[in-house]
Amino acid sequence: MSASKQLDNLQGNHACALAAIAAGCRFYAGYPITPSSEIAERMALELPRVGGVFIQMEDEIASMGAILGASLGGAKVMTATSGPGFSLKQENIGYAAGAEIPCVIVNVMRGGPSTGMPTRPAQGDLMQARWGTHGDHAAIVLVPASVPEVYSETIRAFALSEALRVPVIILIDEVIGHLVETVEIPEASDVSLIERKWADCPADDFVPYGETDDMVPAMARPGDGYRAHTTGLTHSEDGFPTQVPEEVERSQRRILGKLHHHESTVQSFDAVDCDDAEIVIMTVGISARAAAWAVKEAREKGIKAGLFRPITLWPFPEDAFLAAAAHAQAVIVPEMNAGQLVLEAERLINGRAPVTGINRIDGEPISPAEVLERIEELARIEEVA
Amino acid sequence: MTGSDVDDFNIRDYLREDLFPHFLCPGCGHGIALRAMLWAVYELAIPNDKLAIVSGIGCAGRLGAYIDANTFHVTHGRPLAFATGLALSRPDLKVMVITGDGDCLAIGGNHVIHTCRRNLDMTCIMLNNEVYGMTGGQASPTTSATRYTTTTPTGSIEPVFDACALATAAGAGLVGREVTMQTPSLKNLIREAIEYPGFSFVEVISDCTEIFGRKNDLGDSPEMMLSQKAGMKPDSYGTGNDAPFRPNTLETGVLARNDRPEYGAAYRRHIDAVQQRRA
Repeated sequence: MSASKQLDNLQGNHACALAAIAAGCRFYAGYPITPSSEIAERMALELPRVGGVFIQMEDEIASMGAILGASLGGAKVMTATSGPGFSLKQENIGYAAGAEIPCVIVNVMRGGPSTGMPTRPAQGDLMQARWGTHGDHAAIVLVPASVPEVYSETIRAFALSEALRVPVIILIDEVIGHLVETVEIPEASDVSLIERKWADCPADDFVPYGETDDMVPAMARPGDGYRAHTTGLTHSEDGFPTQVPEEVERSQRRILGKLHHHESTVQSFDAVDCDDAEIVIMTVGISARAAAWAVKEAREKGIKAGLFRPITLWPFPEDAFLAAAAHAQAVIVPEMNAGQLVLEAERLINGRAPVTGINRIDGEPISPAEVLERIEELARIEEVA
Repeated sequence: MTGSDVDDFNIRDYLREDLFPHFLCPGCGHGIALRAMLWAVYELAIPNDKLAIVSGIGCAGRLGAYIDANTFHVTHGRPLAFATGLALSRPDLKVMVITGDGDCLAIGGNHVIHTCRRNLDMTCIMLNNEVYGMTGGQASPTTSATRYTTTTPTGSIEPVFDACALATAAGAGLVGREVTMQTPSLKNLIREAIEYPGFSFVEVISDCTEIFGRKNDLGDSPEMMLSQKAGMKPDSYGTGNDAPFRPNTLETGVLARNDRPEYGAAYRRHIDAVQQRRA
């Protein structure tokens, strides 16, 4: 170990806060909600130290509004919440998607619906993160499975959000949020800070939502002389409202298409032992930690099992998953909900192999033994067949 | 060029004329309020580039787009929340919020209370026309008792909100009210509000001729404007259980001053103190 390495034992929520600071986040607005509150608490401590702003707002909606206002002003921004608060933020997340305002939203998932089990883990918001806001929209959803990954994915969330002008949602389950693990803190110079593309052309030449090669228009910083208009109404290239079908279509297609255009940057996944895997497990977050152990045990028993773990959950890494499941005779989707991610697996496998879920909705994480048991069960069926 | 002579003020210098014709109905008071606001901006010589307008949803919210400044037309009821983030992250900008009675007092009510409490330096102009005009004329929290709207087809039976009393009680730095009929007074009030180093709240009594006035036989725009001071005293004012909450007459001008530390400066002092302790 080199002398310059800084190792810290951090809780997942604190790792998220520190990574946000390292990524250049200088504005945080939030509202207390278990099990995410440590993120706000740490930001309240850290932000003034680096000259940034922390503000506790009157509610979840205001928190989301405040970070968007600060982002429009030019700051890198973040808020954090949990399921019920995430629901309240959804309207403004839609605004961020439509007006293309960079922002990072963290949801530390707990048992739901409603108040549910505030201190117990769940993975019930996988679909809310994708479809929670109204209308067709582009959003990126990242799901880290360890505290070090919370750190690295939070930094990546800011990079993606700033580069693509898109809201980025980080889904952490309560286990990872409160788990303490050792994180190697990178040197500040090793963190690649991605800065937003700011307009720097003459004001008369500025087209706020014009077509560009990378499908991401430059943003006008207030005070720089562009005097741009930002609206949640569907807008034409000049930023002002339009209902002309051709202009609406072009605007919508660009916003929805930009993530596809940047697919290689957006996508991230982990595939372990998938090359020859006959039983493929697809899962995220803490459930993937259980699955990783089960796959290792299964391999030692001679069962060809593999683990495919989307780190960027949405947009879903479709091709990578299909490649990982190329030899699959069975797919298992463990998740701490009644069956959300399993639908994506079923859609993509499309009847080629049986897809089953392991679902816990009792506030307990899925155990490694539960996953191994299912793997062994399926292996026996395959042998008989 | 700046000055206080009305002859020197050309509202077109502050408008995005390429967006004309505007969407306001004939007789709508909102245009007068916009004129008063921009007149105040002119007198204070605030550069367009440094002016940030955050507006919500509704007829009032749509005004922002016509102003040649940094304009943000945000979600329904949330302009004060967006403006809080913008003003805190960019103290160099002059942040103004344009909102309506529904946007501000109904769906946005919680944000009003807490924005008043914080006293962050910005100005909120609430245009009160007693109705949701954009959506076709539904009752709002300021629709006077007995008035007809599409959702009070037999006359409103709800008490109205006194926005200025609310803002005063919640601690807003400066609170004022004016009617569109008194345009120079309105300009002066808005000017004082902008100059105030803290959160200032201005209620503008506007008129919705087409949708609200017509349905209630209030006459055309001139009649509605002339009756503003007298007519804005429905029966519920000064009677019944809400008596302490209501003025017996519709007071105008600066109604309250509540000098307290400005939030943004206080936060920046907090940052300085934290950094000095660590240095």
